[in-house]
Amino acid sequence: MEIRTLRDAIARYVEDGQTIALEGFTHLIPFAAGHEIIRQGRRHLHLVRMTPDLVYDQMIGMGCASTLTFSWGGNPGVGSLHRLRDAVEHRWPGPLAIHEHSHAGLAAAYCAGAARLPFAILKGYVGNDLASVNPQIRSINCPYTGERVATVPAINPQVTILHAQQADRAGNILLRGIIGAQKEAALAARTLIVTVEEIVDVLDAPMNAIVLPHWVVTAVVPVPAGAYPAYAQGYYERDNAFYLAWDDIARDRKSFTAWMERHVLGTRDHAQFLGSLPAEAPERSEA
Amino acid sequence: MGVPAYTPDEMMTVAAARMLWDGCVCFVGIGVPSAAANLARFTHAPNVVLIYESGTIGTRPQVLPLSIGDGELAASATAVVSLPEIFSYWLQGGRIDAGFLAAAQIDRFGNLNSTVIGDYARPKTRLPGAGGAPEIAAHARETFVILKQSARTFVPKLDFRSSAGFMEGSGSRARSGATGAGPRAVITDLGILRPAAGTEELTLTERYEGVGIEEVVAATGWPLKVAERVQLVAAPTTEELRLLRDLHARTRAAHNRPAILRALKRLP
Repeated sequence: MEIRTLRDAIARYVEDGQTIALEGFTHLIPFAAGHEIIRQGRRHLHLVRMTPDLVYDQMIGMGCASTLTFSWGGNPGVGSLHRLRDAVEHRWPGPLAIHEHSHAGLAAAYCAGAARLPFAILKGYVGNDLASVNPQIRSINCPYTGERVATVPAINPQVTILHAQQADRAGNILLRGIIGAQKEAALAARTLIVTVEEIVDVLDAPMNAIVLPHWVVTAVVPVPAGAYPAYAQGYYERDNAFYLAWDDIARDRKSFTAWMERHVLGTRDHAQFLGSLPAEAPERSEA
Repeated sequence: MGVPAYTPDEMMTVAAARMLWDGCVCFVGIGVPSAAANLARFTHAPNVVLIYESGTIGTRPQVLPLSIGDGELAASATAVVSLPEIFSYWLQGGRIDAGFLAAAQIDRFGNLNSTVIGDYARPKTRLPGAGGAPEIAAHARETFVILKQSARTFVPKLDFRSSAGFMEGSGSRARSGATGAGPRAVITDLGILRPAAGTEELTLTERYEGVGIEEVVAATGWPLKVAERVQLVAAPTTEELRLLRDLHARTRAAHNRPAILRALKRLP
């Protein structure tokens, strides 16, 4: 474990063409890390995430990805991820291969990855067309009962990136709140980078909270508000107004590109990114 | 007849809320299902257990979440578990009474599409995808589907089947290995459809005040079967409307509240 700056950690560990997972189910989404990957111009990434969310919409729109593994690709409660749609529907800014799962299937694939099993089984994908478009979804008969069950191959990202509330100085990581499949994605990876709200002397971790011990953590990066516009329980709330506003920003290629150039490419780091945003989002009259 | 004091959307939400019973363990999707499930909690079913796929069990939000994982869902929950756990131990484990689903398209057997419009490889419209729905549809003891009715969404043939209803009907679902019983009702802004005994084809069984049967049939992309006796659903009560409108007003105010950026910028 080492403590690095975000720029150093991405430069050192994230390479073109890798399979990487930035996990966090609505909560603790590592936005700052996604932005830094965009700034450093990574290409041909295979991005894995249950819910691509705005962070992958931005990375896909900026041309970082050539493959996406996912299970639900919308702007939660708002509608489409327009950049993801544009990539799938019109191959802009380039073609994007997709490996589509259900949540249950992708969660199971991370579990198998964390346990270093070759594949996962689930009672899933019953009576739907997903297996016909994703050849990774197959089935076997239970060797004990003969029951037919679905299988998905393990997912083992080369790099998983998480955002968490705290690390201590040894690099032990504390996550709490909605924890998604973060622990599984972390342990499935070869390299684990964790951005944190703060580094503290003592982790005040409730006994059954998620703690990732220091020897599975490759690098810790202090990035206050690193999940913004998603949230970090106990630190700040989800900026739902931003998620609503993103619908207009991302709908159009030009306004998307201008926004990314101004706020991500045009800023040095996450603190500058936050500083570049208006102090208060404009009031919206209707949801 | 005078102008009704409520909208078709409000009628749909109220009718869907009434489907849930007190103590029911309900797996909830975002949107109208979430509004209906919480309305049930604020009215006749205070002990309904709401579970969102973000792993929040027994959540009691005061405003509707915008996303499936808003902080209030966790903060007001009885327990918060991981995604692998919610899908394997709770949903696949058979511990959910009712699933509440929405979709972009539905067919006459209650199968749902939330994946693409058009061809999968070159879609006309790429929709968000299935998320938790395929396994909710498979494993919840029964499901309720809520969506607005039009010939565009109630189609003779789905462009893609994301989640199973009764598949090809006539018992094909039961033979498939799906553990739950499938859709018990489809609640729309025009009426309520339920599967017919035997064929399992969706049939209009309940209508709303001021909506003619021919109107429901016209808003369906296949020749809709109509039950011999179509019951009239009671209009929303004053109390139901007040609670639903309050909930939406609180939600709108919360979602549009300007960001917390000012506080964030004070961080080192």
